[in-house]
Amino acid sequence: MSYIPGQPVSVVVQRIEIQKLRDGDNLILGFSIGGGIDQDSNQNPFSEDKTDKGIYVTRVSKGGPAEVAGLRIGDKIMQVNGWDMTMVTHDQARKKLTKKNEDVVRLLVTRRSLEDVVRQSMMQQPTH
Amino acid sequence: MDDNWGETTTAVTGTSDHSLSQEDLAGFGKETEGPVEKLNCVRFLPLVLTLVLGLLVLVTPLAFLVLPQLVWPERLQACGTACEGLFLSLAFKLLILLLAGWALFVRPVRASLPRIAVFRALLGLLTLLLLLSYWLFFGVRILDSQDENYQGIVQFAVSLVDALLFIHYLAVVLLEIRHLQPYFSVCVVRSTDGETRHYNLGQLSIQRAALEILEHYYKDFTIHNPALLTAAKTRAAKHLAGLKVYNVDGAGSDAATSQSRAKIAAAARQRDTSHNELYYEEAEHDRRVRKRRARLVVAVEEAFTHVRRLKEEEIKKPPGDEMDPREAAQAIFPSMARALQKYLRTTRQQHCHSMDSIQAHLAFCITNNMTPKAFLESYLNAGPTLQYGREGWQARQWTLVSEASVTSPLRHGTEFHLKSSDFCLVVTSKSIPHLKLSEEYVHPKSHKFVLQLQSETSV
Repeated sequence: MSYIPGQPVSVVVQRIEIQKLRDGDNLILGFSIGGGIDQDSNQNPFSEDKTDKGIYVTRVSKGGPAEVAGLRIGDKIMQVNGWDMTMVTHDQARKKLTKKNEDVVRLLVTRRSLEDVVRQSMMQQPTH
Repeated sequence: MDDNWGETTTAVTGTSDHSLSQEDLAGFGKETEGPVEKLNCVRFLPLVLTLVLGLLVLVTPLAFLVLPQLVWPERLQACGTACEGLFLSLAFKLLILLLAGWALFVRPVRASLPRIAVFRALLGLLTLLLLLSYWLFFGVRILDSQDENYQGIVQFAVSLVDALLFIHYLAVVLLEIRHLQPYFSVCVVRSTDGETRHYNLGQLSIQRAALEILEHYYKDFTIHNPALLTAAKTRAAKHLAGLKVYNVDGAGSDAATSQSRAKIAAAARQRDTSHNELYYEEAEHDRRVRKRRARLVVAVEEAFTHVRRLKEEEIKKPPGDEMDPREAAQAIFPSMARALQKYLRTTRQQHCHSMDSIQAHLAFCITNNMTPKAFLESYLNAGPTLQYGREGWQARQWTLVSEASVTSPLRHGTEFHLKSSDFCLVVTSKSIPHLKLSEEYVHPKSHKFVLQLQSETSV
């Protein structure tokens, strides 16, 4: 998940589809985000590289749509419905997630354990 | 005036700082009999010479104006308004010159320095040279030939006064202004207790630097108290007193050095517990001082509550028992006298303060509405030497000990001593480094800030 500014990022991602839950007038997803290019990235407890200004999941409410769909705390959100989340401000990220006319958000998230799993599976595979 | 007048003037020990160098003009004869009568006569000699030179300066231009009128009045051409203007300017310039000369040279003698002041010597010499050359010209060109152009003569006199004013300007710059810019930083250490101060001085000769340092010494350094040093001396005596060296192998030629080395080695090996004694003794002393001080503060505060200043309207109709400050001081002094005396004994200051001085100080504090704390301040903390009245000054005779000649200028790394009867001030000088200041421009609108946030939004 470490990145070099200006270079393309290459990570292993997981596709997560969350159905928004209607709660009165609001559509909620059941998680909280932190981070953004206008925030202080040094205080992010989930990132490996403290200069990473991406959007991270800081809290997942129990039993909410996000937890059901497989989102975990500490995940970094790379895309939301095709919109890039690696170089956005906090407010832009919030807006992309809370569009009123969408019922479903399709996220691409990455986490450390995904990389480890892929590496382990590559090592266990006998080389063809 | 050649290059050995420095040597002859070393025989004079009472030469004051305010001398013009008219010493050498007055002849070397006086200097050689200097040490015998080095009292008041020689101290006032420079002032006398200054006054003589001043008189010459005053008389010369007037003589230039008056002599032609006296000697060949009928042949002089009358000159009208131009001359009158010149007379006026001459009169005012002469007045200004005399006032300025009085301000700069005729001042009470500050100190007696070991050697003459070089700049003043040079200036006196320059003035005398100028006067002599003008008299020479006057004598040859005007008196002998009996010049008729009176306006020319008046202009001659005015030019002399102008030149004298410029010499005075030179005197101001050399004597007063040049040493104002700080150039050296000197470190002054007292040899007995190590008290250190730093001062900034300009470009001065060693003897003048010593004078400045002494003037600072009297107001900055706390008073030298020999009673505080006895403890260290007794400890030092005890260290080596217990060891005696016996030479068993017969007397050798280098007995002294080998004995002292043996002593040092033995003392180092000995299990020395004197540091323990020192620690407990100092702790005990501190405790005693603090106790006495607490008693003193309470006694003084209580004493001060007994005295009240009479208000204006009460003075007019006296209650009958009023006192002036001295009597008031005498009245309340007994209640605090014992506590004060005990405190001074414990801190070994009792010889610095006499009964009279304490009562005088008390009267002073009462007159000026001071608090008890203000009264006690001069007894709780040792103050500078100037505070203790004339009898506590202990030394007005100082000896300057220096490897370089005392009229040579101060340099980086100069060291000299100022010896007084009980102690010694060791002075080292360092030059102030060349400082390079560069600028950085800050636009007034360039101060902008953002908040460092870490917000968390739930979606």
